[in-house]
Amino acid sequence: MPDDGARTDRIAYSTPVGDEVKTTTCYMCACRCGIRVHLKDGRVRYIEGNPDHPVNKGVLCGKGSAGIMTQYSPARLQAPLKRVGPRGSGEFAEISWDEAMEIATGWLRHVRETDPRKLAFFTGRDQSQSLTGFWAAQFGTPNFAAHGGFCSVNMAAGGLYTIGGSFWEFGEPDWEHAKYFMIFGVAEDHDSNPIKTGLAALKQRGAKVVSVNPVRTGYSAVADEWVGIRPGTDGLFIMALIHELLRLDRVDGEFLVRYTNAPWLVVRNPGGADDGLFARDAEGKPLAWDRARGAIAADTADLSPVLAGEFTLEDGRRVQPAFHLMAERYLGEDYAPEAVAERCGMPAERIRRLAAEVADVAFNQPLTLDIPWTDVWGRRHETMVGRPVAFHAMRGISAHSNGFHTCRALHILQMLLGAVDTPGSWRYKSPFPRPIPPGPGPAGKGAKPNTPLAGNILSFPSGPEDLLVEADGTPLRIDHSFSWEAPLGLHGMMHTVIGNAEKGDPYKIDTLFMFMANMAWNSAMNPMETIRCLTAQDADGEYVIPHVIYSDAYFSETVPYADLILPDTTYLERWDAISLLDRPIGSSHGPGDAIRQPVIKPDRDVRPFQEVLIELGARLGLPAFVKEDGSPKFKDYPDYIVNHQRMPGVGPLAGWRGEDGAKKGVGEPNKDQLQRYIDNGCFWRHHLAPEESYFKHANATYLANAKAMGLIGKSDQIVMQIWSEPLQKFRLAAEGHGAVQPPAHLRERVRTYCDPLPFWYAPLEQQAHDTAPFPLSAVTQRPMAMYHSWGSMNAWLRQIHGSNKLYMARSRAEAMGLAADDWVWVESRAGRVKAQLALMEGVNPDTVWTWNAIGKRAGAWMLSPEAAEAQRGFLLNHVISEWLPAQTGPRLANADPVTGQAAWYDLRVNVTKCAPHEVGTTDPLPATLTVPPNMPETPDILRYNARGESA
Amino acid sequence: MKPAASVIAFTVASGAGYGLLFWLALLRPLGLVPQGAWFGGVAAVLALALITAGLLSSTTHLGRPERAWRAFSQWRSSWLSREGVAAVATYVPAGLFFLSIVAGWPVLAAVSGLLAAAGAAVTVWCTGMIYASLKPIKEWHHPLVTPGYMLFGAFTGAALLAVLAGFWGMDGVPAAIAAVLGALGFALKRAYWRSVDATPPVATAESATGLGSIGQVRPLDPPHTETNYLLREMGFRIARVHAARLRMITLGGGFVAPALLLALALPVGGWVGWLLLALAAVLAIAGMLVERWLMFAQATHTVTLYYRGNA
Amino acid sequence: MTSLPTPAPGGKKLGLVIDLDTCVGCHACATNCKEWNASGHMAPLPDHNPYSAGAEGVWFNRVHSYEAGDGEDGRTVHFPRSCLHCETPACVTVCPTGASYKRAEDGIVLVNTDMCIGCQLCAWACPYGAREFDEDQGVMKKCTLCVDRIYNETIPEAQRVPACVSTCPANARHFGDLGDPDSAVSKLVAERGGFELMPELDYKPVNRYLPPRRAPKPDAGPPKDAGPLNSQIQNPLLRWMDKVLSR
Ligand SMILES: Nc1nc2c(c(=O)[nH]1)N[C@H]1C(S)=C(S)[C@@H](COP(=O)(O)OP(=O)(O)OC[C@H]3O[C@@H](n4cnc5c(=O)[nH]c(N)nc54)[C@H](O)[C@@H]3O)O[C@H]1N2
Ligand SMILES: Nc1nc2c(c(=O)[nH]1)N[C@H]1C(S)=C(S)[C@@H](COP(=O)(O)OP(=O)(O)OC[C@H]3O[C@@H](n4cnc5c(=O)[nH]c(N)nc54)[C@H](O)[C@@H]3O)O[C@H]1N2
Ligand code: SF4
Ligand code: SF4
Ligand code: SF4
Ligand code: SF4
Ligand code: SF4
Ligand SMILES: [Mo]
Repeated sequence: MPDDGARTDRIAYSTPVGDEVKTTTCYMCACRCGIRVHLKDGRVRYIEGNPDHPVNKGVLCGKGSAGIMTQYSPARLQAPLKRVGPRGSGEFAEISWDEAMEIATGWLRHVRETDPRKLAFFTGRDQSQSLTGFWAAQFGTPNFAAHGGFCSVNMAAGGLYTIGGSFWEFGEPDWEHAKYFMIFGVAEDHDSNPIKTGLAALKQRGAKVVSVNPVRTGYSAVADEWVGIRPGTDGLFIMALIHELLRLDRVDGEFLVRYTNAPWLVVRNPGGADDGLFARDAEGKPLAWDRARGAIAADTADLSPVLAGEFTLEDGRRVQPAFHLMAERYLGEDYAPEAVAERCGMPAERIRRLAAEVADVAFNQPLTLDIPWTDVWGRRHETMVGRPVAFHAMRGISAHSNGFHTCRALHILQMLLGAVDTPGSWRYKSPFPRPIPPGPGPAGKGAKPNTPLAGNILSFPSGPEDLLVEADGTPLRIDHSFSWEAPLGLHGMMHTVIGNAEKGDPYKIDTLFMFMANMAWNSAMNPMETIRCLTAQDADGEYVIPHVIYSDAYFSETVPYADLILPDTTYLERWDAISLLDRPIGSSHGPGDAIRQPVIKPDRDVRPFQEVLIELGARLGLPAFVKEDGSPKFKDYPDYIVNHQRMPGVGPLAGWRGEDGAKKGVGEPNKDQLQRYIDNGCFWRHHLAPEESYFKHANATYLANAKAMGLIGKSDQIVMQIWSEPLQKFRLAAEGHGAVQPPAHLRERVRTYCDPLPFWYAPLEQQAHDTAPFPLSAVTQRPMAMYHSWGSMNAWLRQIHGSNKLYMARSRAEAMGLAADDWVWVESRAGRVKAQLALMEGVNPDTVWTWNAIGKRAGAWMLSPEAAEAQRGFLLNHVISEWLPAQTGPRLANADPVTGQAAWYDLRVNVTKCAPHEVGTTDPLPATLTVPPNMPETPDILRYNARGESA
Repeated sequence: MKPAASVIAFTVASGAGYGLLFWLALLRPLGLVPQGAWFGGVAAVLALALITAGLLSSTTHLGRPERAWRAFSQWRSSWLSREGVAAVATYVPAGLFFLSIVAGWPVLAAVSGLLAAAGAAVTVWCTGMIYASLKPIKEWHHPLVTPGYMLFGAFTGAALLAVLAGFWGMDGVPAAIAAVLGALGFALKRAYWRSVDATPPVATAESATGLGSIGQVRPLDPPHTETNYLLREMGFRIARVHAARLRMITLGGGFVAPALLLALALPVGGWVGWLLLALAAVLAIAGMLVERWLMFAQATHTVTLYYRGNA
Repeated sequence: MTSLPTPAPGGKKLGLVIDLDTCVGCHACATNCKEWNASGHMAPLPDHNPYSAGAEGVWFNRVHSYEAGDGEDGRTVHFPRSCLHCETPACVTVCPTGASYKRAEDGIVLVNTDMCIGCQLCAWACPYGAREFDEDQGVMKKCTLCVDRIYNETIPEAQRVPACVSTCPANARHFGDLGDPDSAVSKLVAERGGFELMPELDYKPVNRYLPPRRAPKPDAGPPKDAGPLNSQIQNPLLRWMDKVLSR
């Protein structure tokens, strides 16, 4: 044969992957997977999962695997920018870091010296809240938060106030043992890879996976059963499951009396100031009714409590066990499967069958592990017995204005089944569980010039006294968090900040300082209105929000609306601490944390934001950031990571503390700490001993060790709360009791929604306007291969999701005379947006949906204005409103009335076919953004090859 | 399949060229076409020009035309390679044929002509087989495809020969052959379409994904939101009504009309007759372009099942 | 060699087994493949219009999503598609140059891009759309089964598997010798009823797909002792009053 491909093909079988490999932590999303970055001649050759890493165990998702294109994206900002044209014009001048720091310091110093509240410091998808929150408190402004308020605070608050831990990424199913797994409203989550790995493990073991979700894609696609629920009705569905379990007596009584407040006695004194509070003894301990001894402290070791009935205390007060009140509510006809079936969009028999299935696994197939352990009453148990039914939930539940109560209801369901942190059930991830509520109230009262706030800005109110309100009930915070509008606004309400700042409600601000949040686009509930607020001018032609500082790493839609741009590094170029003080990488197997180390040197004039913040702190003289002589306390961010101590011995990283690195959790700073992390693959983890691994809320060994490690303040039992006393305290205030009471216009609202037991109500937005013209629910889902807006500048990811369509049930479309690929108007009470239709089988027929954040504003991200993202991609945000429909009195956020969680998924729309001349492009199509100066050219053909000449 | 201009031009031109060469070589020794060196020379040159133009055009379809020589190596398995070998090999007797016509060596002309005719037939056969061997495309993987390539080459070649022969005033036999081939072409093409329309697809979305046991398979999301090479190359589609019209044009304009014109040209004779011949040839070639375009445009590739399902 | 090799004695049939029951459609296998191969044996994998309209590139692995069945009873299936390393692949036999070849020793189908003339006939011949034409270099490329990983002695042995396999978070991709009935992948195929794509074309793909599992049969219904449907509120609560519970 003259030529022979097989013979002459030169295959380099054993070429080393690169010439260097470094470990660090991925940040193509917030899942914190460990990565190994192979470099070849200083360029990234290959990024792979770190097989030793506890989060991802070697796997990488679609985004993480595309990191090369994020690192080399032409959309990376090049240097600090100062606005020189009108806001939004995109006219910037490149400036030096010196000048940028001077400008920022000037603005901030003025604010701090006059009224620190006038700094609103809001950060987005970062994982450095332990630094940013601390910095804000040092600055002295209560106006700090990250993205949690528009993200999933309903999950956080619902969990932390109920079981002392939460879904989100703070808990996980017992992937190794669960036999039945029910997952509510999850498309991707922050635990992306662990969930995928876990689902596969469950399925390979033959466990049943049930997904409750209006849409059947992703995790729902691999579920054994898909429950295509109607959005916003999960609470009804869950409470109907509870109804069934109670009715059939499929309830784990032992679990309830041991680990929950089911036996605690609730005072029944309608109209009285103590109504609904727990009856307590002289020491303040809640009481229970012991069968033999009557009312005694509920934590008595040999308690034999009565869970139902009504009793009279010695002082004459009438009391009932919390369980009784709970059972009474859910056994009511309102929550019978028949009563909820139609609203949930499923037959009653199905609800009953699912309840029976769950009960069957929980009670007929309990799981016993031969692991002895000791409970908080000092009793040794030879085995750990669990109910192998696990639940998980995320934004499908939380992004509704009834999400807090729905989430609490789900936790109550878990308690009734005895399925919290037991073998086979849902488990806390360290550092959870934490006391309920986990800490003192939020800092923020009495902000004064040049004075730090003591305590945490984002913290945990226990009652009205902890709220951040003026005497007349006016919010103290710009976003109204921790006010009567959102008493448990634990994560702030970023979705209201810009609108309130523009309106001066409750006051005008001077500087809006944002980090890593694309607020002029996909993270705004109403981008065009947000842009209006950012560019609004007063009568003198001054901007209503006088200064906007923004740190982004890329040319996002928000960049043109800032006055000063502080360009950040990429995730491969900087140090980061994924800290136990913020959102660590702990798992149910034990606590852990991680770092990022720079693996690539920036080729632009950019600086890591954390470093900039620390320097700003020093320039402003914030006490924690300067030495006694006023000179900077920290050389750089690594110096801060190693040497900053929040409390003696407690710093950003928990591993290798103490001078010789032998201590965990608490210990003196160790100058070699970062090197020890690097040597270990950039993470630290502590393995819990087997006897600590379950029942952590009542496991004496675990609680003692967790206290020693600084994870919790005391080693007391963490009693799960079916009946929530903090909520009842808010309710009592609304009923006219106590010193701090809601203003008149919010009384009824607080009274209604601060219910100590979960209940279901129609989403607020739907209650407040006539939904008849808007028959369809509209929701979004995260695409697995795209991270919000920031994947569109990635040349590979944008090929997977370059544009998005509106998905509708085929049956529904046919009934409406619509066909696949039709262009349609999606109209809500707030406006309309144009999209192209896709039809599918697996979607609730009353629901339409689309992929989130694919639509881009023309010109942004260094995409050509003709790019599909701008022309055909669309944002559902254009038809979402950040405010509830017009009502009398002050406007209220379109949010959960308890937590302030943005209610993205309460949206109702109508869909109509476009006129023939309207097809082809989306609408609104705001003006093309101007590219900042000195951005790189974009190639017509990309030939990336780290090993070749052609790159 | 995307109708690639270069490939259409190639098969039409080289098909006609080989057909012309074939009939010239067969009819000339039998004295059924003008015997002069001029006629023979011009006809042979036209044939070779068409063949060469076609082959050159086909190389523009290549991603790496400078490596085209490599295509001769795999004649043992590849019809494309065989076609290349046959095409090149045919140049030898064809060249000799031309030389001996011009030089007036009748025996050599007859022998080399027959060899060239055989080469032409083999080459066109190989061309047909390139298509007919492709299982993923039901419209190509069909027993009438290769005969079609042969017949249509022969038809257009004969029509061209008739025109040339008419110029020299001796057009009877080639024109008659062309007329008959036109009629046969009509029959074959119609039979082919009927058969192809009635043939079930080679595969379905259900078999392509293996998911048929669950139920009807419909695509939900494509792997990439923009198009790609495969879709551009294999995903070309033409509207049914449009195709039906083009089929009529092919049958009527490409076969029936030329055949009638050829048949009419014989009794009419003279320069009017010759004009009719010329018109017939132009129509036949134009019809062939449409036929070849349709051959691509109506061909469906199994890969589209992955993108569009059975739609 | 364009003619198919006689499988070497003891030769392997290396390939992938893709589990449609657990694939969640995350596209990790597609991007990780792209990332490995962008600087791998057939590098580069160019992208046209990477930052403008009409972005498209060379990918050796593409993940589709389908729905099978109607309405609630159907299933959504995510479906990765790459070269199946067929046993009788016409993509090889149609190749006029010998650039396209199947290896005797392990069955991997490759393209020698130094010899390819870019005639694209192999792309026509592949029923599965697994051929990827590099329009920039004018040559055909395709999944290499990561031939520069699976034999790479500089990579720890446990990771000597294709990039798409090692990255898959849902453990939906398995790699091994499908010619050996005792291999883990062959057993998996046997156990789970793994199937070939378009068997009617007789290309004999080596890769296999595992079907979505049939959902476990739902339990018959509520337990026998289920009370009356419109149960009184009082009854269950009365039950609870009498219940003796202790810690
Ligand atoms: N319709 C609809 N809208 C939604 C949601 C929804 O479900 N539906 N979800 C909401 C939720 S939960 C969230 S969390 C938000 C998220 O929305 P955002 O917080 O806006 O998230 P992103 O768009 O990912 O990124 C924000 C910015 O971070 C920048 N960035 C990326 N990497 C870096 C870096 O290393 N340094 C710096 N300084 N900047 C960087 C990006 O360029 C981008 O401009 O969206 C919300 N919006
Ligand atoms: N790939 C990728 N991963 C991400 C992100 C990303 O942008 N891309 N973003 C990260 C961020 S910031 C967040 S907050 C998390 C969020 O992670 P998820 O909670 O998974 O986020 P969503 O995509 O909002 O998913 C909501 C799901 O709930 C469903 N749903 C909507 N309404 C209802 C309802 O009423 N009931 C039920 N049962 N389901 C409902 C939707 O169909 C959707 O499947 O993901 C994180 N991970
Ligand atoms: S889930 Fe993906 S993007 Fe997120 S950290 Fe892990 S690998 Fe990176
Ligand atoms: S990586 Fe795995 S789960 Fe993700 S698309 Fe590929 S096969 Fe499916
Ligand atoms: S899948 Fe296609 S490219 Fe791969 S061996 Fe089979 S026929 Fe060839
Ligand atoms: S494109 Fe290359 S590999 Fe494919 S058939 Fe042609 S020469 Fe062979
Ligand atoms: S085996 Fe390698 S080349 Fe083939 S699809 Fe997987 S990663 Fe890509
Ligand atoms: Mo979020």
